[in-house]
Amino acid sequence: MARQCAVVGIGQTRHAAKRGDLSMVGLVREAALAALQDAGLDWKDVEALVIGKAPDMFEGVMQPELYLADALGAAGKPMIRVHTAGSVGGSTAVVAAHLVQSGQFSRVLTVAFEKQSESEATWAITPKIPFQPPLVAGAGGYFAPIIRAYIDRSKAPADIGLRVAVKDRQNAMRNPFAHLHLPDIDLETVANSPLLWDPLHYLECCPSSDGACAMVLADESAARKAPARPAWVLGTAMRSEPTMFPGRNQINPRAGRECAQAVYRQAGIDNPRKQIDTAEIYVPFSWYEPMWMENLGFADLNEGWKMTLDGVTAFDGAMPVNPSGGVLSSNPIGASGMLRFAEAAMQVRGAAGEHQVDGAKIALGHAYGGGSQFFSMWMVGAEKR
Amino acid sequence: MREIAVVSFAQAHSVRRDIVHNEVEILMPVVAEAVSSSGLTRDRIGFTVSGSCDYLAGVPFSFVMALDGVGAWPPIEESHVEMDGAWAMAEAWTRLQHGDIDTALVFGFGKSSVGELPDVLTLQLDPYMVAPLWPDSISVAALQARAMLDAGLCTEREMAEIAVRSRRDAKSNPFAQLAGDFSVDKLLADRCISSPLRRHDCAPISDGASAVVLAAGDVARALCEKSGRAPAWIRGLDHRVDSQALGGRDLTTCPSARLAALKAGVGDGPVDVAEIYAPFTHQEILLRRELGLGASTRINPSGGALAANPVMAAGLIRIGEAAAAIHRGEAKRAVAHATSGPCLQQNLVCVLEGE
Repeated sequence: MARQCAVVGIGQTRHAAKRGDLSMVGLVREAALAALQDAGLDWKDVEALVIGKAPDMFEGVMQPELYLADALGAAGKPMIRVHTAGSVGGSTAVVAAHLVQSGQFSRVLTVAFEKQSESEATWAITPKIPFQPPLVAGAGGYFAPIIRAYIDRSKAPADIGLRVAVKDRQNAMRNPFAHLHLPDIDLETVANSPLLWDPLHYLECCPSSDGACAMVLADESAARKAPARPAWVLGTAMRSEPTMFPGRNQINPRAGRECAQAVYRQAGIDNPRKQIDTAEIYVPFSWYEPMWMENLGFADLNEGWKMTLDGVTAFDGAMPVNPSGGVLSSNPIGASGMLRFAEAAMQVRGAAGEHQVDGAKIALGHAYGGGSQFFSMWMVGAEKR
Repeated sequence: MREIAVVSFAQAHSVRRDIVHNEVEILMPVVAEAVSSSGLTRDRIGFTVSGSCDYLAGVPFSFVMALDGVGAWPPIEESHVEMDGAWAMAEAWTRLQHGDIDTALVFGFGKSSVGELPDVLTLQLDPYMVAPLWPDSISVAALQARAMLDAGLCTEREMAEIAVRSRRDAKSNPFAQLAGDFSVDKLLADRCISSPLRRHDCAPISDGASAVVLAAGDVARALCEKSGRAPAWIRGLDHRVDSQALGGRDLTTCPSARLAALKAGVGDGPVDVAEIYAPFTHQEILLRRELGLGASTRINPSGGALAANPVMAAGLIRIGEAAAAIHRGEAKRAVAHATSGPCLQQNLVCVLEGE
């Protein structure tokens, strides 16, 4: 039987297109120090570290955690580096939680980051590989046809994506760490921004950010000693499916459905829409909000867009989605998943400041990666299971 | 802690440059063999985790296509570390402690031949202060070898003797790349490629892959009874990292390896066999000392990394070789070691025992 695990410290950087004021070391330390301070701990209290980030070509450093070990106080400690594509921030937190749940460690520091200004992300993810058809389209070009298939299948009104884009950016106005602060955004601004990959307009896409996120995870006795309220980990799961597989449903991937069900089962959730108070979902392109609402079981098939249209996912809605502003407002890729997990934990700790959802007790953190074949999720609660 | 055993191991024939197969094609038969010889079928694997590194092949997400080759339908519980497969095994061991699943598949793979490995490894170094000077991995290791020679901790002859022994032992290892009989004097007559390191002091550059299957408790016992192998129980497992700053640590020591060995319990009993991941001859001498291995321990009967060094798979091969010695009944207690980073920056130690 796995032991209890709780989030006792959370830190994140101010996210920006270029944090020219910081080296990679400075970036990870800004988040890690904030998490340690939140947990009332010092570097020496950390027993093990789990570091996550997306492809190393984003910064041009091979296994940068080796060079960052000193800056993160890792010398003499176990350190693991996770890489599971875009889901990595979430997977990193899951691996760190496992170190606590397995009974090996009582305090683990986990850090995820990306300093995308060091390189060019779209270049880094679209190399020319011998004997493989080049995509040369970036992530948006990959996902746009899947979005069109969703619209065709669900008969969703054309403006759903615009609404998500506006909602998440309005939420980001409540989040001082968010990369994008666009106070004047409205449906018209989004619709009039350049069409990049039909149906995605420029303002329906995530930015490219420098940023980091860190959490201190603790076992029950360490959590009891923490100065602030802990967020208890109620369930964790990772699921993967193949990339090239003719039977694969890319609009509503089976790996995502099964990952969600595994987390719900562990957390004792049988009606996610009713029992979950808020969710931080990985939405790098606007239309992924309604698509993931269906994949996660919040809505029936082809009905996810109604949650957006009816304002259910709005900040004052019945189940706010991405009250932080989400990936559409800050996207340091390797950290984006951990930011979802951390923001969910902030909600159930009652520590989300201006974007706090009133009375949030149970929250879902979600991340996906690759061509939506990699998923990681966790459920956190104000009370332990 | 729950008892976990290595129940099967497979590896590819390491070669200098596999121009026929890509990483996935090297990996697929290895995974298939590890799974089938464990007695399991793919649908009975509870957790899958791998180790690889994008910078070897120069491809982002190099693990993505590997997963397609290995098979992930229906969807599987899966993870990946940007590290040697030995650390993937540590993650699998942790996952198995939860108790809800009993089996895990672990693999590591890499084609070092795609790039210039010594130069590629330079990119592990501090990107602002060190990497721009472009010291390659052999030059960095040479700093350590020089420090050890100057401190009187080894001689160039001892280093050459390690190369000769490794290549001789590799003659009985069909998967090794560099095997044969060599004379110490002839090797020492060779010129240095980065003083004091000669070619024989450096591991070859290899393409390869490895895989192990782990199983817990009674499931492991049942599988091993069927396969006729003695289960190789993981009695201790620990890994640690040191500072990377080459001028900030004493390169003649390796505190992370010493601490990992202590935590894994290497010294709690006699060690019959040790498989040490030492890509340079002087590092074997250093590691023997830091791991606390005495003269009665047989070091690297497989030939070690000096006979085949598929980066990202070679650490897991050490675990597999140590486990296989127990599977075959040749050892009662074995130690496996893996390393990563410049000058043995990060180290993993695993203690394996038979029943």
